[in-house]
Amino acid sequence: MAIPALVFFIAFGVVPLVGVLALSFARWDGIGAIHPAGFDSWHAVLTDPGLPHALWVTFEVMFFSWAVQTPASILIGVFLSGHQRYREFLAVLYFVPLLLSSAALAVTYKALLDPNFGLGPGLHFGLLTRDWLGSGGLAMGVIIFVVSWQFIPFHALIYQGGVRQIPASMYEAASLDGAGRVRQFFSITLPQLKYTVITSSTLMVVGSLTFFDLIYVLTAGGPGDSTRVLALDMYQQGFQANLMGPASAIAVIIVLVGLVLALVLRRLGGRGVESQLEGA
Amino acid sequence: MDPTTSRRTFLRIAAGGAAAAGLAACGSSGPKSSTGSTGSGASAAPAGSSAAGASTGASAAAGGGSVTGNASYWFLNGQPQQGVRENQVKRFNSSHKGASLKSTEFQNDAYKQKIKTAIGAGQAPTLIWGWGGGGLKSYVDANQVVDLTDWVNGPAASLKSKIFPSAFGAATVNNKVYALPVETVTPIIFYYNKNAFEKIGAQPPQSWGDVMDLVPKFNAKGIAPFSLGGQSRWTNMMWLEFLLDRVGGSEVFLNVFNGQKGAWSDPSVEKMLTMVQDLVKQKGFIKGFSSITADSNADLAVFYSGKAAMMVHGAWTYGTMKSQGGNFVKSGALGYMNFPPVDGGKGDPSDTTGNPGQYLSISSKSSAEEQAVAKQFLLDNTLDDASIKDWVGTGAVPVVQGTRDQLAAQPDKMDSDWLTFNYDIASKAKVFQQSWDQALPPTQAEVLLDNIAKLFQLQVTPQQWISNMNAVIGK
Repeated sequence: MAIPALVFFIAFGVVPLVGVLALSFARWDGIGAIHPAGFDSWHAVLTDPGLPHALWVTFEVMFFSWAVQTPASILIGVFLSGHQRYREFLAVLYFVPLLLSSAALAVTYKALLDPNFGLGPGLHFGLLTRDWLGSGGLAMGVIIFVVSWQFIPFHALIYQGGVRQIPASMYEAASLDGAGRVRQFFSITLPQLKYTVITSSTLMVVGSLTFFDLIYVLTAGGPGDSTRVLALDMYQQGFQANLMGPASAIAVIIVLVGLVLALVLRRLGGRGVESQLEGA
Repeated sequence: MDPTTSRRTFLRIAAGGAAAAGLAACGSSGPKSSTGSTGSGASAAPAGSSAAGASTGASAAAGGGSVTGNASYWFLNGQPQQGVRENQVKRFNSSHKGASLKSTEFQNDAYKQKIKTAIGAGQAPTLIWGWGGGGLKSYVDANQVVDLTDWVNGPAASLKSKIFPSAFGAATVNNKVYALPVETVTPIIFYYNKNAFEKIGAQPPQSWGDVMDLVPKFNAKGIAPFSLGGQSRWTNMMWLEFLLDRVGGSEVFLNVFNGQKGAWSDPSVEKMLTMVQDLVKQKGFIKGFSSITADSNADLAVFYSGKAAMMVHGAWTYGTMKSQGGNFVKSGALGYMNFPPVDGGKGDPSDTTGNPGQYLSISSKSSAEEQAVAKQFLLDNTLDDASIKDWVGTGAVPVVQGTRDQLAAQPDKMDSDWLTFNYDIASKAKVFQQSWDQALPPTQAEVLLDNIAKLFQLQVTPQQWISNMNAVIGK
């Protein structure tokens, strides 16, 4: 049963990974022949001050988008799992950003935030008329906002499922003991969502390593290199500077960082088979 | 491979060829160019005198037409240039029974990746549209394009003789011709909005000093002095190209191009970079310039809508401003001139930069039959009368010598003035500098664009910029 999946995984996951690893020890401009080059690419990448900067920017995006998305997703997820009126209508509404492609979102936001022809100048609304994508700090803020806006629905969906798994009897017991809704949320819902938080955080953290399209269209890594994440750095080295060797080295670094982060997050979740359900 | 040597030779050819021939400069219009569609051939093309035998228009050489088979051709979309190219293919297909040329169109930035990948994978189209210069050289180094030298000097000699000789600089690698410049000449122009100048009661700048004087005056009236699509990066580069030429003369970049060690350390470079940063600090560019892209034409919109008073941009933007700018061009509000001189600078004020041409190469992976079809297309339908008429109709100067009278005879006075102005700039320029990002090999070009973006962002000092750039010379 697992064979087709395994074949696909090897063909599209393992083989390219090995290829990229091999390329990182070669010199190739993407057009001509491939020459072995030892550790040249690695040396170039690891001594380039652009790498720590790109790593830092990547972690900034990762951390802040996690910090914005997680609480918002939990709250929306909890809300959606309830039985309020209009809940389904709102659920559909919340879901819309996820249906749009990142590139389309980026083009739209870029147009809306344009300091000369965007929403702010159009409505003569001074607060919105800023150099949103043209000054370093603001551009980073915009990217985190758009990323969060796009992915909160997805994570809210995960949390909604998580909350629905929590046995109603726990809440009943809690209310008998006199716990209010806030107390119930912090004492039952959140602890019960522990594994959901880890799953969702892993997706967010590892996913944010590969943000490319959105940032490419919004800022192209600019202004200057203020929003140049690792994935963008890789693209520029490989496809604009024709340096496939260093680009492959960066790709390997992205894979390693992703693996380490995923591992750490798994560890955070504990390794035992402890159950959180009642009576266990 | 020995990049240094080959690049030197490339340059020598460029300069030598141009000197021998007359008319300098041809630029090519980078259609709606984005990342670096600027750029043209090598460097200097001393303007000679006698215009070569200009057989205006005229059907290209060899009256073949008997070829059979299929070939493919990839080029950029974006009107009005796209339409001209489509018509060329249509005319070829209808006048050559048995032969068929299939075209595929791409958006500028997408094309740059796509063509590179296709060539690397051995899946290139028969006819490869490009910008010449450093990019073409990387194809040559990988043996991916056909050496056209013998063909150009033989069967295609009459086509060659029509083309501005200096346009061949960016088509030549190691003394051999690998591409044919068959579209238009597009220098970079200093545009200004006459209405904006009226508002502050000022005259167009005659020197860099005037430019800096105008900046606070426009800002005081709430008009941005210059429009700039800074996110595209090559847009910023045009400023450096002109200022370096005006301050230090054309030799400074020539040394960089030749791979001379430490060539960016020339004192004029630091002076030029400081001037650029001064202009940024004085708020010379429109607010938010670093998030504006040239692809979207937002930089043009800022200019023709009157939000900015001046703009340094390619000649290919004229057509767009005319069609999208409402009454702006028709009312005569568009003013244009060559980039003003810098007081005490060494450069010749007639010098210009931009694209000397767009370049068609033939893939060496294509069959003999495909190559024959491609060559016949180049001969019969790229600079034929109909194409020249079409190019002129888009407001562009074809890369053909001796068309000035034809350009001047345009029924629309605006167009004929514009076209003859461009023809004169291109033909009288002492040096027609190919855009840096196209002239340099891709690796060096990327570092250049990156550092230019940071320069405009004030993220690097001129000294840092120079040492960053010196580090990649010859790469």
